[in-house]
Amino acid sequence: MSYEAVIGLETHVQLKTKSKMWCGCANEFGAPPNTRVCPVCLGLPGVLPVANEEALRLTALTGLLLNCTLPSHAKFDRKNYFYPDMPKNYQITQYDKPSAINGHIDFEFGGGVARVRITRAHLEEDVGKNIHFDRTSGVDFNRAGVPLLEIVSEPEITGADMAYEYLNALKDVLIHGGVSDADMEKGMVRCDVNVSVRPVGTEALGKKIEIKNMNSFSGVRRALEYEIPRQIAVLEKGGQLTQETRRWDDAGGITETMRSKEMAHDYRYFPEPDLMPFEPTEAWLEEIRRRVVELPLAKKQRLMRQYQLPAADAQTFVWDRALGDYFEALARKAKNPKSAANWIINNLRAQLAAAGGTLAGLKFPPEYILDIVDLVESRKISSSAAQLVFAEMFSGGEAPAVIVENKGLAQVSDAGAIEAYCDQAIAAHPGPVADYKSGKAAALNFLKGQVMKLSKGKANPNLAGEILERKLK
Amino acid sequence: MPGNFDVKYVAHLARIALTPAEEEQFGAQLSNILGYIEKLNQIDVSQIEPTAHAVPLVNVFRADEVRPSLSNEEALANAPAKANGLFIVPKIVE
Repeated sequence: MSYEAVIGLETHVQLKTKSKMWCGCANEFGAPPNTRVCPVCLGLPGVLPVANEEALRLTALTGLLLNCTLPSHAKFDRKNYFYPDMPKNYQITQYDKPSAINGHIDFEFGGGVARVRITRAHLEEDVGKNIHFDRTSGVDFNRAGVPLLEIVSEPEITGADMAYEYLNALKDVLIHGGVSDADMEKGMVRCDVNVSVRPVGTEALGKKIEIKNMNSFSGVRRALEYEIPRQIAVLEKGGQLTQETRRWDDAGGITETMRSKEMAHDYRYFPEPDLMPFEPTEAWLEEIRRRVVELPLAKKQRLMRQYQLPAADAQTFVWDRALGDYFEALARKAKNPKSAANWIINNLRAQLAAAGGTLAGLKFPPEYILDIVDLVESRKISSSAAQLVFAEMFSGGEAPAVIVENKGLAQVSDAGAIEAYCDQAIAAHPGPVADYKSGKAAALNFLKGQVMKLSKGKANPNLAGEILERKLK
Repeated sequence: MPGNFDVKYVAHLARIALTPAEEEQFGAQLSNILGYIEKLNQIDVSQIEPTAHAVPLVNVFRADEVRPSLSNEEALANAPAKANGLFIVPKIVE
């Protein structure tokens, strides 16, 4: 019998606000412990939380980016549990009336476009951070109360690689939408994985195993690569799986039991009496709609269609948004956007990386790149000379035409001059000349290379080729 | 059901240690309270919208502005144990 995996992901993402969800403490990573805290986020008695409007906006915006419905009524609830990272002994979350429901995300997978439906996205608060010592634990509440969005997928992911691509696509959407910095290193994205297996062709779901608190996408993929075969092996040996929560041991590369269903939490959810319900007005929603941006996949497809870019170039401009914006501003004026894209990706990006510069700090206006494209396409300079022109323009900011003039890089298309170089090359390399005459066509390239060298890169290579061919007939 | 009120379970959820005598006493009292509240179930609420609040107020927000936090000393002032700016708690094992 063959088995298939059924995977659902719960992804927690910190929202990009200035202040926390219920109080004015800074939403800021990396501050000294317990210095971004106040009576509200420390859970001291007698305080009142007040919702951060921007967090609600970013939640609605995420809902729109994920093609969700935004219910006209949402509310907050208390999820009760005892753990030292939660000073109030309850987490404020949205239990049965979340801010966004019934969406989906499309992403490239397996040579096509896959769609995973989004069950819901609800707003809650992050908890403090525990630091473990030999005999005690320490708690830092700087993170407690940071707005946290939980995005729940339908259980329709079928494997480790698909889970990985889903998470990356989700992260791209969140970063592009300006909803979250989604910096994994800073713990801004965490993920719970629900996975079960069932015989192919059956409908009923197998026993659900939850893997908690994954903090890297590659970890999720590795955990699933371990967990799915583990579950199948248990069933194939005639064993039974029990619903349980497992922990991923990244160093060991295995999952292990944390708690079984018998010990499952009873969170005693009830409506948060300190917070009023949320009912977005049409005007409020209209403001959010104006913040909706083009999604990464849609942008990639559009760049390929609109500018005839190869997939890899389009993807580069999606990932590097500033570079993409730079390209698009220029592409509108370009006769040949694809060539402009080549220069931006192969030269500009590489030189910026090498020099540690930024697009804003460039010494030349973007249009100069089009000048170089024109110079090459009209054969005024050779492509090797163009590389020199670009490097010169990048470091000094001079116009390409001026550089060509000053450096004497103009391509020589004067047949007389090129003939002289051809004669020199033929005289100096009798071997390749003989090879060519005996039928080795490739030898011509060598001779052409010699002509280019003699001309210091300025000879028109096509013309040089024609003249050589004629002379060696 | 009031008769099935599980005082041990609820005490565990609330992390309250009860003596057997207290279990008996509070169990009976809470069962009575639940029995009393049970009367509410006799009311026909089919025409009433569920609400979490008595006040018809929605959309209470604050602007996303940073305000001063407590100093680390103030934050830890009431902590039974502290070190390196952290609240110190018994070792957490899951």
